[in-house]
Amino acid sequence: MAVLTMNFKSISSLTIAAVVSILTGCNEGNKLSLSERSIIYCSEGSPETFNPQLSTSGTTADASAKQLYNSLIVYKGKNNTLGPALASSWHVTRDGKKITFYLRQDVKFHQTSYFTPTRVLNADDVIFSFNRILDKNHAFHQVSGGQYPFFQSVKFAELVEKIERINDFTVRFILKRNDSSFLANLATDYAVILSEEYGQTLQNKSTLHEIDILPIGTGPFKLKDYRVGSLIRFYRHDDYWQEKAKIEQLVYDISPSKTTRLTKLLAKECDVSSYPIAHKKITERADLSLESITSLNVGYFGFNTRKAPFDNKLVRQAISLAINKQAIIDTVYQGQAARAKSILPETSWAYDSDTPELGYDPIRAKSLLEVAGYAQGFTMDIWAMPVQRAYNPNAVTMAKLIQGDLKKIGVEVKIITYEWSTFLRRLSQGEHQTFLLGWTADHPDPDNFFTPMLSCSSSEQGSNRTFWCNKEYDQLLKNALSTTNMNKRKSYYAKAMAIINEEIPLLAIAHSKRFQARGVDVEGGILENFGGISFYKVSKKTMNNDIETLAQPQTADKASN
Amino acid sequence: MLTFTLRRLSLFLFTMLVLTLISFSLSFLFPGDTVINHSGQINATATELAQLNEAYQMDKSIFTQYRAYLTHILNGDLGQSMASQSPISNEVIELLPATIELSLVALLIAMLIGIPLGFIAAINHNKASDNAILSLAMLGYSIPVFWLGLLAILFFSIGLGWLPSAGNISLLFEIEFVTGIQFIDILLSDSPYKWQAFSNASAHIVLPACVIALAPATIFIRLSRAAMIEVLAASYIRAARSKGLNFKQIIFRHAIRNALIKIIRHVGLQFANLVTLAMVTEVIFSWPGIGRWLIESISQRDYTAIQSGLLVLSCFIFIIHILTDFIYAALNPLARGNSHGS
Repeated sequence: MAVLTMNFKSISSLTIAAVVSILTGCNEGNKLSLSERSIIYCSEGSPETFNPQLSTSGTTADASAKQLYNSLIVYKGKNNTLGPALASSWHVTRDGKKITFYLRQDVKFHQTSYFTPTRVLNADDVIFSFNRILDKNHAFHQVSGGQYPFFQSVKFAELVEKIERINDFTVRFILKRNDSSFLANLATDYAVILSEEYGQTLQNKSTLHEIDILPIGTGPFKLKDYRVGSLIRFYRHDDYWQEKAKIEQLVYDISPSKTTRLTKLLAKECDVSSYPIAHKKITERADLSLESITSLNVGYFGFNTRKAPFDNKLVRQAISLAINKQAIIDTVYQGQAARAKSILPETSWAYDSDTPELGYDPIRAKSLLEVAGYAQGFTMDIWAMPVQRAYNPNAVTMAKLIQGDLKKIGVEVKIITYEWSTFLRRLSQGEHQTFLLGWTADHPDPDNFFTPMLSCSSSEQGSNRTFWCNKEYDQLLKNALSTTNMNKRKSYYAKAMAIINEEIPLLAIAHSKRFQARGVDVEGGILENFGGISFYKVSKKTMNNDIETLAQPQTADKASN
Repeated sequence: MLTFTLRRLSLFLFTMLVLTLISFSLSFLFPGDTVINHSGQINATATELAQLNEAYQMDKSIFTQYRAYLTHILNGDLGQSMASQSPISNEVIELLPATIELSLVALLIAMLIGIPLGFIAAINHNKASDNAILSLAMLGYSIPVFWLGLLAILFFSIGLGWLPSAGNISLLFEIEFVTGIQFIDILLSDSPYKWQAFSNASAHIVLPACVIALAPATIFIRLSRAAMIEVLAASYIRAARSKGLNFKQIIFRHAIRNALIKIIRHVGLQFANLVTLAMVTEVIFSWPGIGRWLIESISQRDYTAIQSGLLVLSCFIFIIHILTDFIYAALNPLARGNSHGS
């Protein structure tokens, strides 16, 4: 009996001790010593792969491109001029067909638990990386599906004749024709440099598919751990060829639900959150900040021009006239976007301010429908994308607004949505009538809007889901690429925009801003003007009490010296 | 004691038989091909499908099919998840410990709060404190767990910023998987941040465990109150009082011990209730346990996972019941004579 009483007493005293330790545990500031050197980023989804060559999805680029890899050249500064990266300099011949890159000689690849490099980056790595895309017989070409959507959309294989190795640190690209967007394409997130030595190792082990799952690159971070749907853990690459990153650990907390991301941000469980909701609440808080960048993107409403009734230009014009864009911008984008006049944002140098806008005119829309032979109206589908993107924060709401607008001209709308990968697959098979989607530019060259979105080549294989193909438009794009004269290019693009506004394969709705929220203790730029985010320059402000604890060992060291 | 053990064992066997029968028949009731529902191999090629049909004896009578299914389960083959295409047994082994950990902590909290409060109420029977405790218990029992969970996050995580709202540990800490019970794994790990990780994990478990504990705690209050009232009215208490023992001696030496025995057998029953509550709470607090996994499987129409997950969970709860029965019988010799189970 006494034993039991003792037990009861000891249990209760133990619990009190446990509760006390728990409570003191959370109030202690010293847990920051690890979190101070790390960043937790609440991301919106799992990447499909760790090789940006293979995907144009923003989530994949965010998780791989600027963290794990480098390109030969990069965009620098406010004016987006090309600058050196893995290539310390480059030279273009007068006819623009031979481009020689001189590589840096001190670039080390990641050393991880699955690969230890024995040599620095050289010409073989550059040739390996691009031949994987170009050469259909390359050992790695078919690995992970053999699809290189970005390079296919810019017709990279048709442009590059061959890549020559001049010496260990010099590579020459020989082009079939002059293309003014070639260098711009090499500066994108997609043109990353992989390790040829790692490829060899995998070939010896016959585990070729690992090249895209367990990545090796030259970037500021290296992959430590990835659990699908849960987290990605990066460690700092200590032998980075530039000054190494300020944080030691970078964790992507994959949280697809936007309310979960907000909760985690407010509860300080993540330092930075992608695509936050409740902008007002975040700006009200003193410990959080909201930032945005006017990205080179466009959210649009596209028509499947191969399916009736949208093969008729008049129907497309009528539907476009009936949509109240301003209402969409006020509701869906909450005013945080610019109304789009055409597919090219006004911030681009090639934008022509004389571009006419179609406007909102339901009466004219109705009469156009009558001319087209649909006086009684018809029923149509709108495919609304299921995910949140900067260019379209809520496609389903947008579809509902369009549904309301179109009802006024007698058109009944059914809204259809699928899970994201199913949605994209069915869209590429052309099962839709109309769809809500968008495009984010990979580099500031205007061609990156015109060619991937609406050219004939990308309607066959690529991202043109309107399946619109116009010879005149394609010729204009070709002319624009063959000249380096900015004014000439601008006039070609202005003509191309005029064709789009006349034919309306798609209705551009808005150019949005990409938002991101972070704790005020996180310093350094993350959002980039185009392409994926970068954590290279990010650091954390140290708290006062921790400076002391950090300073102490240093003084102790000095004393012992 | 031997007959008692045998009785429980046969009860266990028959219940398991019924459970496997139910999960076996689910494969026929779910949409899609039965053998694919059994195995979860949605991308099987024609030859693989033929092998599966052979392995599950799909061309034989339903009884043979059931026997083949049972053999697979007894060999630890629960099929593979349709969503992730990894073996379900692996996923269960990774996730079940987290749920057990959460439920045990919640059970501990419920007992430590509920039982003493119930005793206090019984000792002050029909007084103001008794009524106050009883009404609090009623209130606590009536609050739906998902709402309480959201309120707790809103108040303690977002409002006050005291406690984290998601997961079982900050993602910064890398704890190697050994037992799956987070606290044990942390103590076993050789991370330099062991104690930071420990206090971080403790902070993470507080909110979900308290949310789960509330409803069982109110039940413990009522159970222990009733048990204590009964004990206090018993003749041996009156005898002790007439012998001149003071109040403290009566309560601590005689009443508590006898009242506790009556409560222990309910702990097992409460555990089942607790696991159900834990499933909902895991979703709210993004706790990486089997409950969240099962609910996600339901929303993803992952039939193999639903079927096997239900089997594993119910089997687990049943084992807990039997264990508490044994503990009860060991503590209380009177119960061993009870011939028809609890």
